[in-house]
Formats: sequence, C-alpha cells, structure tokens
Amino acid sequence: MSLKHEIEFSLNGVKRRATVRVDMSALDMLREVIGLTGTKYGCGEGECGACTILVDGLSLNACLMFAVDCQGRELVTIEGLAADARADALRAAFVEHGAVQCGYCTPGMVMQASHVLAAHPHADAAAIKRGIEGNLCRCTGYKKIVDAIASVNSADKEGVAP
Amino acid sequence: MTDIQHYVAPTSLEQAAETLRAGDVTILAGGTDLMPQSQSGRLKIKRTLMNIHHVPELNGIAIDGGAIRIGALATMTDMLQSKLLQQHLPILVEACDHFASDQIRNAATLGGNICNASPAGDTLVPLLALDAEVELASKPNGSLSRRRMPLSEFFIGPGRTKLGATELLTGVRIPLPGPARTARFFKFGTRPALDISTVSIAIAGTLKDGALSQVRVAFGAVAPVPMRAPRTEQALEGRRLDAASIDAIADVARDEVTPIDDVRASAWYRKELIHNITKRMLAHVAQT
Repeated sequence: MSLKHEIEFSLNGVKRRATVRVDMSALDMLREVIGLTGTKYGCGEGECGACTILVDGLSLNACLMFAVDCQGRELVTIEGLAADARADALRAAFVEHGAVQCGYCTPGMVMQASHVLAAHPHADAAAIKRGIEGNLCRCTGYKKIVDAIASVNSADKEGVAP
Repeated sequence: MTDIQHYVAPTSLEQAAETLRAGDVTILAGGTDLMPQSQSGRLKIKRTLMNIHHVPELNGIAIDGGAIRIGALATMTDMLQSKLLQQHLPILVEACDHFASDQIRNAATLGGNICNASPAGDTLVPLLALDAEVELASKPNGSLSRRRMPLSEFFIGPGRTKLGATELLTGVRIPLPGPARTARFFKFGTRPALDISTVSIAIAGTLKDGALSQVRVAFGAVAPVPMRAPRTEQALEGRRLDAASIDAIADVARDEVTPIDDVRASAWYRKELIHNITKRMLAHVAQT
C-alpha cells in the first residue's frame, strides 16, 4: 500500500484533518477523501482550470498540488465561496448572463474570476480574459462568461454590489 | 504503483541536505510538473518524497553584493510582482508573464523550472542571457557545502542537469546589469496562455553607437538544452546594426540552432522563426 500521511489545514474557514496518500493530489483529497465534489476534475494536468481552488489567497490547480502540501494552509473551494459577497454577485451574474452551458467549467471559472476581481477590483474585459486564460470552457461560451465577470466589476464601481 | 517509503518536510537547509545525503529522494516544490509526470508514470517518485516548501533559505528576491539573488522557491507570480526584478531584470519578468496560466504561475517555482531542464523552459532563456549562476548545496560529510555554477554549464540534455543526486538547488544569482545594458526577450507560441514555446530568444548587450558589445544570445526549444549561441554572439559583437548586418547575423543564428520536428513545429519552421525573430529583435534594438 502507498504511504499515508496525516495533515491539518483550514478548509473553507474550518479546521480539518485528513489522512492522505503522499502521492495524492489536493483535488483527489477534496473529492474522494473529504467528499466535496464542487471542484471538478477536467484534464488532470493544469491545462483546463476546472479544479481551481484558492490556497492562502492565491488560485491554484488542485490537480497539480500534492495533498500533503496542504499542511498548515488555508484552502477555499467553490463550496466555501457561498459566504462571500463578491462570489454571490458573480453567481447571480453568471445566471443573468447565461454564462453557464454544460456547467462543468463553472466552479473553476467562478473561483478564478473571484481571485481576479479580488486582486483587480476594476479589471476590464482584457484583464478578465487574461485572468481566466487558464480556464477552458469546452462549450466555448467565453463571451458571456467575460460579460458576467465584467458586470460584477462595473457593479462594484457604481457601489451597487456586492 | 508507488514505492514511497518516507515523506519529509524539512524546516532548514541543513535538514534538507541531510535527507538528500541519505539518497533516493524526489524533491517536491511547486508540484506543477512533478504531479502530472508522476501521475502519468513518466516519472517515478523515489523512496523519499521531500517537500522543500518550509526551508526559509530557499525564499526571497534581494540584492546581494553586486547580484540579485532569487531563492529557488520564488514562484513565477513572486517574480512577476517583484519591483526589484521589474526594475533590473525586465526580460525575466516578461518571461514569467508568458508562463502558463495564473493558477500555474502561483505555484510553479524558479528552482523547478531550472531543475526540470526543459529545452523550452520559459525562464531559462532570459536567465542564460543574463549570465545567471545557480547556487547548489549539499552535505557530503557532516557540514554544509555550497558551490556555484554558470547556468550555461548546468544543462546536459532534455530533463538532465549537473545537479548531483545529493544536491539541492537553493537559488539563482544574476549580476546586476549596468546602466547601458539592454535586453530583449521573445517567446513564440500559438496561443498566449499555457503554451510551450515553439522557440524563444533572449538577447542582451551593452548598446553604444548603434552596436552591441559583451553580447549574450540564448535560444530555447531549438536544441536538446536551452542554449547560449556563441557563433551568433560573435557575429553580433561590436558590429554596427544596420539592415545588411542584421540580415547576416540572423543567418548565423539560423545556422547555429539544431531543432527537431515535433508536434509544435517542424525543424525547418523553427529555423525560419529563429532567423526572422532575431532579425526583428535586432531591428528593434537598432531603433533605440
């Protein structure tokens, strides 16, 4: 059997312990050990961004991160964004703009969009496109996705939401 | 199946070097290459997996003597956001900006990019043109031993370097460029994000009276290793840049590289790119 290791970290604001195989990815840990399936497996090699999570405030591909490397760090997944006002606005904007087709890329897109807007609250369409270049939408509905993210940005500017 | 017997996360360079001395160790830093390579079976993790994230000495970007020292754990994002690098080594920052995607830039480390020794490694070409040296540490007989090596001597083949089995790359040192130093970088790929270079080029030199001296030219993805191009450097050295000389120098560059055909481009196409982009970059230098 593969070597296992016990780790402790913060997941969506709550302290967690988990016993993980040392060669396991953070994505497998989230989905299979912890049972949070909002973070999606797309390509498994960092090309598609469906597994984007936040680690210590930075967006990462959970499929490229070793689960053991989560020790002592703060993870936020799509499930944890529920408590976040900007994410709420993003979710509403994705619905309003029809930015969801098959929906598989959506959790990763929302995670990355949330990270882009946190770093650059007034990001324009070009900066948003640049920001989500590591997220693929195989339905190719990029225009509506960018529009949705930009609408949250302009709402921010007018002081309407979040 | 994996045969990993130990997982260690040392908190000092001493401990890390001690672990390496015991042998049969795979080093984990950003994980962005190690994870897909180990999952796909292209690389087998050895008996001991050592996570070096908690070794403080591997962090930081700072001026040290007449050089800028970048710790092996600096991520592409750390470098992209570093005011020091933006000011003194803009071509390295440019290479980090063209690196993969935001998610990968937030995890991938400079040490990892160097030790993976891909002929197309994004930071390697500017580092070569900037005369970077690698800092290596090991603990052969109870005490820490350090050595430095020019990056241009470090690569020996695709994925292969002169890093000893018990050595750790701790950082990179780049001499602070003088005020008259100019440098250019270009990466050619088919899309801006997440693309592996078809070719990349870095050129550095001291510009005076329309000619470059102490020239450094480096090419990526056109040889088994990221390479310095001594013949192109020689052709460029001290020569006044005009249309005719730029043409001649670009010809030398095309003849100096030895690319292969692969999924990204044919060897012929890569040679043409080297010729045309070198020409374009030199024309740009000549106009400044």
